[in-house]
Amino acid sequence: MTAFLIAWRQLRSQWAAGEVRVLVFALVLAVAATTSVGFFTDRIESALVRQGGMLLGGDILVAADHAIPDRYIDEARQRGLQSTHAAEFPSMVLHGDDSQLAEIKAVGEGFPLRGELTVLQRRVEPALMLTGGQAATGIPAPGTVWIEPRLASKLGVNVGDSLEVGERNMQVSAILQREPSRGGDMFSIAPRVMLNAADLASTGLIQFGSRVKYQLLLAGEAAEIDDFAAWLKPKLERGEQLQKVTDARPEMRNALEKAQQFLGLSAMVSVILAMVAMFLASQPYVQKSLDSYALMRCFGASRRFIFRILMSQTLLIAAFGSGFGVLLGFAAQAGLAVLADRLLLETLPAPGIMPAVSGLAAGFAAMLAVVWPHLARLRDVPALRILRRDLGEQYQAHWLHFVPALLVLAGLILWQAGDAKLGAIVLLALAGLLLAVALLAWLGVRLLARLPQNATGSWLLGLAALKRRPGLVVAQVLGFSLGLTALILLAIVRGDLLSSWQQTLPEDAPNRFIINIQPEQIRPIKQFFDRSGLHHVEIFPMVRGRLLEINGKPLNVEDYQDDRARRLAEREFNLSWTVDMQQDNQLLEGHWWQPSEHGKPMLSLEQGIANDLRLKLGDRLTYDVAGTRLELEITSLRKVEWDTMRANFFAVTPPGVLDDYPASYITSFHLPGGQEQLLNQLVREFPNLTVIDVAALLDQVREIMNKMSHALEYVFAFSLLTGLAVLYAALVATREERVKEATLLRVLGASRRQVLQALWTEFAVIGILAALVATLAAAIMAYYLSSQVFNIPYQFNLRGALGVMVLAALLVPAAAWLGMRRFLNQSPRAILQSI
Amino acid sequence: MQTPLAVEAVNLDKYIENGAGRLDILQSLSLQVAAGEKVAIIGSSGSGKSTLLSLLAGLDSPSGGKVLVNGTEISHLDEDGRAAIRGKSMGFVFQSFQLLPSLTALENVMLPLQLAGRKDAKEKSSAALERVGLGHRLSHYPRQMSGGEQQRVAIARAFAPQPAILFADEPTGNLDEHTGERIIELLFGLNAESGTTLILVTHDMQLASRCQRRLRLHDGQLHEEAFA
Repeated sequence: MTAFLIAWRQLRSQWAAGEVRVLVFALVLAVAATTSVGFFTDRIESALVRQGGMLLGGDILVAADHAIPDRYIDEARQRGLQSTHAAEFPSMVLHGDDSQLAEIKAVGEGFPLRGELTVLQRRVEPALMLTGGQAATGIPAPGTVWIEPRLASKLGVNVGDSLEVGERNMQVSAILQREPSRGGDMFSIAPRVMLNAADLASTGLIQFGSRVKYQLLLAGEAAEIDDFAAWLKPKLERGEQLQKVTDARPEMRNALEKAQQFLGLSAMVSVILAMVAMFLASQPYVQKSLDSYALMRCFGASRRFIFRILMSQTLLIAAFGSGFGVLLGFAAQAGLAVLADRLLLETLPAPGIMPAVSGLAAGFAAMLAVVWPHLARLRDVPALRILRRDLGEQYQAHWLHFVPALLVLAGLILWQAGDAKLGAIVLLALAGLLLAVALLAWLGVRLLARLPQNATGSWLLGLAALKRRPGLVVAQVLGFSLGLTALILLAIVRGDLLSSWQQTLPEDAPNRFIINIQPEQIRPIKQFFDRSGLHHVEIFPMVRGRLLEINGKPLNVEDYQDDRARRLAEREFNLSWTVDMQQDNQLLEGHWWQPSEHGKPMLSLEQGIANDLRLKLGDRLTYDVAGTRLELEITSLRKVEWDTMRANFFAVTPPGVLDDYPASYITSFHLPGGQEQLLNQLVREFPNLTVIDVAALLDQVREIMNKMSHALEYVFAFSLLTGLAVLYAALVATREERVKEATLLRVLGASRRQVLQALWTEFAVIGILAALVATLAAAIMAYYLSSQVFNIPYQFNLRGALGVMVLAALLVPAAAWLGMRRFLNQSPRAILQSI
Repeated sequence: MQTPLAVEAVNLDKYIENGAGRLDILQSLSLQVAAGEKVAIIGSSGSGKSTLLSLLAGLDSPSGGKVLVNGTEISHLDEDGRAAIRGKSMGFVFQSFQLLPSLTALENVMLPLQLAGRKDAKEKSSAALERVGLGHRLSHYPRQMSGGEQQRVAIARAFAPQPAILFADEPTGNLDEHTGERIIELLFGLNAESGTTLILVTHDMQLASRCQRRLRLHDGQLHEEAFA
């Protein structure tokens, strides 16, 4: 009890005197970073997934080629999840004598669980069906159907007319404008007919062998959804599939993954920085404690007793710092919730108790790890230190003493990364950085040793100061460069990430597709666009073909295990031709054709499909195009950015190969908001065209990316704070020693100016060294992370790097001057008395 | 009846090894201090006075010979064993006061009492500070006090646990003459009240003359000095 009391009293006073404040501050930040970033990631992720759920119609979807087993539905119900169901299949629908292939979707009550349908419930002329809809309430009433505009115009049906669906005659009660949950390949699917699931059986369309896609849609709390998914996964049987929003939309998956990785990276960086800050801040704390403990030893305290005081104090600091850190973490994420109300529209899931518990654990572990290397030194401090100050100063901690700290750091990094690869990269980079700093500092000190002994000048005084304490210089350069590296790295990666997102979906990204353009319509349509002020609209030819043979061997779907590969092998391909490769494509292997290769049976294939179907350069593919066989050789592989929303093709040939086959044309273009009437004119002029509107989808994706950017900014600001804490701790760690030295110089007759010059020189060198290491390290890490982890383009910014170096060379000494100013302004006598 | 010995040094050696060879500080030094006796150890700077004091107080261990405190040999004890003896029977006053800057005057005085597990630490400490004339400054920190006041706090701290032996290392070395005199008065006054054994290290002859015995340390040996 006495030990605890003394520990408490000493801590209270040390707090008042300031030694322990930086340490506690760093600990608070470390804990706040781990808890709040954990929270952010968790809550933002689930909110984003939920928002993304609009694109799926639910948070998750179970798809099957047979009726969804009842046990899945029962389980979901028992777990309190919201659920509904749907069935999708192609079928002909009739109106009078006209018929058309349609994609039927029978939906249950409550569909969709996320997002909404937009419908038009009155008769309008066909061209106007594309605009002016309202959110639907509920689903089609029994006996009625909702149909897409293109089916309405093809069959000449309008609201109120009837449509034959299988054995039923059903009334069209609305035009279905937008169905956000409509994924898949937009160009090959037939127009949608949506009906009430209660009517499905009476249509007689579901027979044995019908190709029906059954869906179970589920929504609920993120954790419950995850639990259910985990329960379901091992139980899935052949033909059953669990889909998340990230499976449905590749651009969403990309963005979400990158956002998660960045959040993980920020959290890791915060933890590393906070621990470095704690290490630096522990130095003055340990130094002060040495004197106290020596005195206590003199007054008869045993080593055990000292150890008890030390442990009490460590645990007190840990409890206080962690507790406050957890509170701050809660406050920070409450701030996020406010922000999220505006940004994310949906209520975030409530924070759980786990982040608080793990935050506390992390705080205690970090504090114990930081004090551990000093434990023996503090416990064994000789009482004689009272008479001989040098005793206990020369203590060299054994490297093994740092193992717990390294383990805790590695553990926290891996925990925050949530991804072994990312964690390992950061750990390796950290080790590399430590080595580089040590090497650089060693070289620098060797260089300084060559300074002439008898040189004068206050700047030389500053350089000599560096020479006198190489250990301290290394520690300080390390602290500064770690802080700077983290800040530069995050700034670069964040900037690259945001701009790559913006580039993916620029403001003028195509938001409308027109398919079914006939060859003779190309010229008048181009003229129409020119007249309307929509220039540079590209129109691509499209010929449909089915893959029959690979290298003369008939294609067998059963050869492929992967579902995606099976689907690809089964479906019809859209083949296209072009002279030049599309700008957003990238040639990976082989060569692009020359003008002289006009008409040669060459094929450029998209890399993803080539991988899935296990195709390589030189393979010969035989297609069935309009009933004739066409053999093509793969002469190049391309990378295609599918998330740009431009029209793109898996398979492309040189001009002259597909000329004799029936082709239709396709275009994608950006229609500025408010100009929707143009489409009405277009459809009126060319009634056979089919316009596909992806504006809503695009807006949603863009909105989600925007919100992710805000989340990144928020977390980035947090990391920035920890970075500054490190810089501050690095300054404070050595302040006392420098003040002593400066005072001595003043006593010996140095002017304030000379002392200041020496100080500026010393810190400018440290600042430049740190900035050099940090810029290099950050550039290398940013390059690696961008290219290997985030898959975004990276460009080294020389001017930015130079700017950072100059800034560091000025800021570091300026901060040092600010920290020491009040001592420099006092009389040497006053300082001598206080130290 | 013979007076029991408070401190005894027998054939004490202390040397340090450095690059140039061995430097002898104390050589076969012997000393006997009776309980209640006041002994001054004098000598020039660097003669080894503080080293001798640190050995007698068990702050350091000798290269050879032994030290006995109240009849118990302490030189073969480990640091913890010596710390226990110090806590039980010794008090200290240092040249540089050695107050903990982070503790108030009262807390500084309480520290040794608390370390000894005394329940009455607060009452004893308040009384001791009252006795040195600082009863009104209990909650002041060392930085808020003058050098003389700080040394008075240190004296209160030394006497509060009522130690059998008090070691004082140049107690006036950091003080001006006038303040120094008042500190000496206080120190000897308190010593007379408590009958504590006093071992005082100083080069101040006036201060040394207030002790019953004066021992000059020269060439690693002690020489008894006669009073003028």
